[in-house]
Amino acid sequence: MGEFIQHGLGRWLHIMSGVMWIGLLYYFNFVQVDALKKAAADNPPTGAGITKHVAPRALLFFRYGALATVLFGLMILGGKAGQALLFQEKAYVPIGIGGWLGLIMFFNVWAIIWPNQKKILGMVPASDEEKNKARRAAFLASRTNTALSIPMLFFMSSSALFHAPMFA
Amino acid sequence: MKNPLDTLWGTVITGLVLTVVLYYLARAMMGG
Repeated sequence: MGEFIQHGLGRWLHIMSGVMWIGLLYYFNFVQVDALKKAAADNPPTGAGITKHVAPRALLFFRYGALATVLFGLMILGGKAGQALLFQEKAYVPIGIGGWLGLIMFFNVWAIIWPNQKKILGMVPASDEEKNKARRAAFLASRTNTALSIPMLFFMSSSALFHAPMFA
Repeated sequence: MKNPLDTLWGTVITGLVLTVVLYYLARAMMGG
């Protein structure tokens, strides 16, 4: 039963919450950034609905998706989390690298993207200059996460590649 | 030099390059 909860349920929920997190990350980077730029160029600007109704809701599921992904990931690793993240066991190196990339991305979400988005969306008071700085910081952290998601997903799904007989 | 993260293609290429680098690093850490 414990095995089913940790590896069956845990893996399933880890992937579901990961799809929520990375899906919304890709929505922001591949869709919303360019859409808002075009909306700002309209006369009059047409992006108000996105920033008022879409972005806050997307950010809510985005950051809690990130939290759930990390928690369920740690649940799957269980007692082996230390060995994987400290690269103590050779077989766990790929998942250790994937785990670290995920943790860096999680830090970016909660420590950089979210506090800066709160300023951008007017949820905390900020001057125009502070908003501009916040916009750039959140943008770069979000783009960093998009770049990191590429190797992260590779290492999350590559155990067969690393442990296949052709590499033995 | 322009920041590659300013464009989507730059971001994707950065991620792909990092994947290749980390792949060889992982292989080396696992003993080749």
